[in-house]
Amino acid sequence: MSSRKAILGAIRHSLGRQRGDGAEQAVEARLRTHDRNLVPQRGCLEGEALLSLFSSQAERVDATVERVATDAEVPEAVAEYLKRNNLPPRVRMAPHPDIQALPWAEKAPLLEVAEGRADPQDLVSVTPAFAAVAETGTLVLHSGPQTPTTLNFLPENHVVVVRASQVVGAYEEVWDRLRAANPAALPRTVNMITGPSRTGDIEQRLELGAHGPRRLHIVLIAEEGDS
Amino acid sequence: MASEEHSVAPPKMPRVGLFVTCLVDLFRPSIGFAAVKLLEDAGCSVVVPSAQTCCGQPAYNSGDRKDARGVARTVLRAFRGLDYVVAPSGSCAGMIREHYPKLFAGEPEEAEAEALASRTWELISFLADVMKVERVECHWPARATYHDSCSGLRELGIRQQPRQLLGSVEGLELVEMAEAEVCCGFGGTFCVKYPEISDSIVSKKAENIENSGAELLMAGDLGCLMNMAGKLQRRGSRVEVRHVAEVLAGQQEEPAIGEPAKQVAK
Amino acid sequence: MQSTSHAFKQNAHRALHDPMLQKAMGHVRSGFIDKRVQAAARLPEFDQLRDQAKAIKDHTLAHLDHYLERYEAKVLEMGGKVHWCATAEEAREAVLSICRSLDARTVTKGKSMLSEEIALNEHLEANGIEPVETDLGEYIIQLRKEPPSHIIAPAVHVNKEQVEADFRRVHKNLPPERSLSEAAQLVDEARQVLRQRYLEADVGITGANFLIAETGTSVIVTNEGNGDLTQTLPKAHIVVASLEKVVPTLEDCATILRVLARSATGQEFSSYTTFSTGPRRPEDPDGPEEYHVILLDNGRSSMLGTEFQDMLRCIRCGACMNHCPVYHAVGGHSYGWVYPGPMGAVLTPSLIGVEEAGHLPNASTFCGRCEAVCPMRIPLPKMMRHWREREFEQHQAPAKARLAIEAWAFVAKRPRLYRWATSLLIGALGRAGRRRGRFRELPLAGGWTAHRDFPAPSGRSFQARWAEQQRRGRASR
Repeated sequence: MSSRKAILGAIRHSLGRQRGDGAEQAVEARLRTHDRNLVPQRGCLEGEALLSLFSSQAERVDATVERVATDAEVPEAVAEYLKRNNLPPRVRMAPHPDIQALPWAEKAPLLEVAEGRADPQDLVSVTPAFAAVAETGTLVLHSGPQTPTTLNFLPENHVVVVRASQVVGAYEEVWDRLRAANPAALPRTVNMITGPSRTGDIEQRLELGAHGPRRLHIVLIAEEGDS
Repeated sequence: MASEEHSVAPPKMPRVGLFVTCLVDLFRPSIGFAAVKLLEDAGCSVVVPSAQTCCGQPAYNSGDRKDARGVARTVLRAFRGLDYVVAPSGSCAGMIREHYPKLFAGEPEEAEAEALASRTWELISFLADVMKVERVECHWPARATYHDSCSGLRELGIRQQPRQLLGSVEGLELVEMAEAEVCCGFGGTFCVKYPEISDSIVSKKAENIENSGAELLMAGDLGCLMNMAGKLQRRGSRVEVRHVAEVLAGQQEEPAIGEPAKQVAK
Repeated sequence: MQSTSHAFKQNAHRALHDPMLQKAMGHVRSGFIDKRVQAAARLPEFDQLRDQAKAIKDHTLAHLDHYLERYEAKVLEMGGKVHWCATAEEAREAVLSICRSLDARTVTKGKSMLSEEIALNEHLEANGIEPVETDLGEYIIQLRKEPPSHIIAPAVHVNKEQVEADFRRVHKNLPPERSLSEAAQLVDEARQVLRQRYLEADVGITGANFLIAETGTSVIVTNEGNGDLTQTLPKAHIVVASLEKVVPTLEDCATILRVLARSATGQEFSSYTTFSTGPRRPEDPDGPEEYHVILLDNGRSSMLGTEFQDMLRCIRCGACMNHCPVYHAVGGHSYGWVYPGPMGAVLTPSLIGVEEAGHLPNASTFCGRCEAVCPMRIPLPKMMRHWREREFEQHQAPAKARLAIEAWAFVAKRPRLYRWATSLLIGALGRAGRRRGRFRELPLAGGWTAHRDFPAPSGRSFQARWAEQQRRGRASR
């Protein structure tokens, strides 16, 4: 007997499973409707309150957040960020149209921009986000031809460009958006990123930059009152 | 939590059966007398059924359900026909309230066990939550700290009640020790089955007690009190150890736990 | 892993006399507890979410067969493979054969308790494949050739100075004069050393915090990002998961995630929560080409439908051990197998037998703090008591303890005998202890008096005095 059959048989035996007990239909229904459970109040904000919760939550976990009013301000914000942190003016960016469309050459002429998956030598990556979740200051990114996953983990500095319209209150809204954008299947990898990499493995004291990025910088494109 | 389920107003002068508990009965009768005083002051009529022994916890927690039921039956029998059963111990009251119904599930005494559970209370929470006692008339000048015994705290939700009543004792200054809600390491048979581990736990507790600066330690369970008193005394500490009921009843003439009586012959 | 659970007492004795360990355990007491309280306080719905999380797992376990089938179908649809394994041995073999099919020489690993349970590293090493642990704590204990002592902080028993010594011993190609006295320097060095290992590895192995039936997804929750590098860079990603990890939907996963990190480290959310569905897609620029799930039973299916089923709700947050006074005293290694603390005291006898692990459910004061903090509301003390009942029924409890309990019960069931026998006992004790008020030594109570004094009884029971008072009239009280 295969292990699969033996295991399922053992489970059915332990549960006292009987044919026609409705269990399969119950499972079917739950998977189809994927109802929400309780969503915390703080995940139900809107407008400026939503954006400011996102920012404050992200900052609580050691991300930095910079708000800009328009797309055109992003390249300069990135260039300034590198300067502030004594980083060379060189980034690896996601080959994603939203990022490519930013006026890099015009607004940050000294910035050297390369595209593609991350090399181990890359110090800084710039990626878009699929969504951002206010309740815990979490970014949601996913794999795909325009968004290599290595960009999220290999470089020491990760800059993520988020639009106000991408900020949602709770994880459940991300699931809905993911299902809508990927009706066939989830992307291979969906990363929920909440602050930079950290460890407490040495005497339970927090240290940033264990294996993933040491710094996580979020550029939030939102005009006042925009959401 | 326990306190909300039974918020029905008590009868005018409720008949309360005192479940003394075996430890108090044998090692520290003054806690029993303190309980009687506090209950009577609160307007209860107290009876002490003589056929009571032990709640059965040692057997229950050792996996011996049959003997646990056997001992528990003595409690069921001894406390029939009373408005309430009150014990000066969160552990024993918790045993009756939380565990008797499970112990007798499917047994002929199931309904009786449930009924007993629903009218059984730990002393201090009974005074505060049922009899609505808000203060006691007594004077006890000391810097004191209170240890939250585990069963009372986590099974019965006893936390505020003793602190509230102790707050009304004239002259008593209540200070909180670190980790007041952490187990003292007694654990019934645990302390004799795993004496070294128990010692490590009670040693940390003793440090916290000493560091609080208190000169008097109180708790609501004699097992924990004997454990902590024994450790403090072995360390040469001068902290006095007493049951919270003894303090609330103003029994200052009684020597503290593990201390010799002032006059030997009585 | 070879169990030493039967030697719990000796293990504990060693631990209690190990000053380095005792120092390190102080970090557990100070590190986790306050943070959890604060995280819970910041989320008013925390306790409601615990109830819902429990309900989700209860529902899933009651329908586990169907959820596993749906999960499997989805993994296959997404191009992954599922390897059903009834035993640890089957699981080890399945991993090995995948590695061999890829001519793997090194594998990187994210932290996985299940990998410890099936003793995967030893098996890979014995077959010429080098496993490299990448979680910093796991890396440290791999260097020290020790098992983890905590399920989320595997090196919690190790002090900084010990890590420094291990790094100097093993990282021989780094300059000996480098400074490693700060935790940040140790973290940096591990980062550098392991970075190279990620890039060389042929296979990446991770555990799974959840398997999602709706989407065929495995989920890992980490803080370091090591799991992500482990599963993204090599050719193949192997997920090692036990069958109770399945949850129905993304929504259900979100609910449990809301209680997981808060209970574990007191974070609101861990840094990285990663959802993996199948291998990389043809158009993806990175990611593993193969995706395998080792789905392990190893005794769990027989816990269903028993008094131990609730244990299968466990999400391995570690809150129970973070709050356990016994764990604080003796550390994780004393428990002698993979899972320490209260969850280990319940799970270990289920997985390796109560004959081997019988001490574990006994070594608890039943203080109830573990149950009070468990996000999945697992009645841990109740289940430890179930184990004690089984031991008692099967006459595995120590004969001396059994005799003492039965003797006490014999007396306590007979109120008259009780009054007579106890009056003799406390009369004698009372007379002997009257002068000092306590004993420093007492026959048959050496376990107690070795460490603390024993308060002497006053000599007459409450009941005897009460009866006398009643006779004399209460005025004389």
